[in-house]
Amino acid sequence: MNLFDILGPVMVGPSSSHTAGAVRIGLMARALLGQEPARARLLLHGSFASTGEGHGTCQALIAGLLGLFPDDSRVPDSFTLARKRGLEFTFGTCVLRDVHPNSVLICLEGAQGGTLEVGASSPGGGRIQVFRVDGLSTSFTGELPTLVVHNSDQPGCVSQVTGVLAGHGMNVATLQLNRGGRGESAVMVLECDQPIPDEVAQEVRALPGILRVTRYTPEQEVAV
Amino acid sequence: MIDFTSIQQMLESADASHLPLWDAIRRSDCQRQGIGPEESWQRMSAMLAAMTQADEGYRESDRSHSGLVGGDGGKMARYGRSGATLCGPFLTDVMAGALRMGECNACMKRIVAAPTAGACGVLPAVLLPYRRHFGAPESALVEALYVASGFGMVIAARSSISGAEGGCQAEIGSAAAMAAAALVHLQGGTAEQMADACAMAIKNLLGLVCDPVGGLVEVPCVKRNVIGAMDALSAAQMALAGIASKVPPDQVLDAMREVGQSLPPSLRETGKGGLAATPFGMQYAPKES
Repeated sequence: MNLFDILGPVMVGPSSSHTAGAVRIGLMARALLGQEPARARLLLHGSFASTGEGHGTCQALIAGLLGLFPDDSRVPDSFTLARKRGLEFTFGTCVLRDVHPNSVLICLEGAQGGTLEVGASSPGGGRIQVFRVDGLSTSFTGELPTLVVHNSDQPGCVSQVTGVLAGHGMNVATLQLNRGGRGESAVMVLECDQPIPDEVAQEVRALPGILRVTRYTPEQEVAV
Repeated sequence: MIDFTSIQQMLESADASHLPLWDAIRRSDCQRQGIGPEESWQRMSAMLAAMTQADEGYRESDRSHSGLVGGDGGKMARYGRSGATLCGPFLTDVMAGALRMGECNACMKRIVAAPTAGACGVLPAVLLPYRRHFGAPESALVEALYVASGFGMVIAARSSISGAEGGCQAEIGSAAAMAAAALVHLQGGTAEQMADACAMAIKNLLGLVCDPVGGLVEVPCVKRNVIGAMDALSAAQMALAGIASKVPPDQVLDAMREVGQSLPPSLRETGKGGLAATPFGMQYAPKES
């Protein structure tokens, strides 16, 4: 927590959890897809489902998917912008187990093919927590630069990825690895203290056993 | 030590570094974030600019999603222009500012969460009219924002700034406490007086429940920004008069945490109790999914 978590964020109202956090969830999903989304199916859970409409949660989620930040005045009009940019979307509701009431599951298809499923919550203050990526459990917040690596469950993946980061002088703050089952696909989440340059992501992508690499950079709250 | 977990520790740290409280708060945050004091100052100035811009962007004709909120800031300003108000020009300006910002938030306009979106009207409602009526320079207002956010951080660490966790006392009460400390700074009070103002503002709203109609940040949230701003002014004035909080400030924060934990979930932002559960409120209750 820092001073600008208390005084800030600058955001479009009315709710840091139901609006600003929802924009951030959309931004996170967009970043993890790694390309312009063309189709989205969003399933709202709990309080997102029951009070989302009055809080502009749906507009906020779509705004994030389009790459708008929580302080962008166009957030309330994101549906119009989505039509202009060719993003098709549908909303529904769902009931998830053991997650925060402010949660959503997003299934995305990219303009260049490729799909992604992300589950995330917005527990308050505009903070978010990703709890699922492509069916695998995880837990990260996007407060630090984050590298998300889809890999085959085979020996050496972690050491190679961390090796690349070390080679660029980058410090890993947290590391999580979850797999579907032995020998199946896995998702590795590395939160770093430094921004992750594109060349690092590409170097990781070129490693054996790596299926997809995406990264999330926390946005600057206010341009100064 | 860069994270303040008590008001006492925050004040002692400022004392030890021979810095004014606002600068001690800034410098500890710079250390935490790995940024320089100039960059920090620019970011804080940007917050003040964003608040000012949000206030100027108010439109009386805007309505919230439910239609429950909008237009009251305009009514209060018109009443103020009549020149025959009950509370006088400064307080009327404060109230109008709180209503304007609360309404901007409810109408999906750009605001500064302080500390939350629902309570975003309190700080600007005292700071912006203060600038107009007392002629304070911008730098003093930025310093005051450091003071406000320093106290806000301790409140968040030691108690809560979330309505879902601690009820409205944690949102409007915290905002009022931050604004009270900021006002004491602007009036040249001591750090101890800022702490007393913070404590008294919270004490006076202790137990305030979070009972939004329809679960939306509209009713009673917008008008509670007015009471938050008035609470801040009265607490600051008491502190500046030399009136101290009998209960030490940190113990007040602990009491707020304990009261928040004792509140039933129906009175913590779920929209299921209090005003939300009145026959009027029930008309806006969300459909169960």
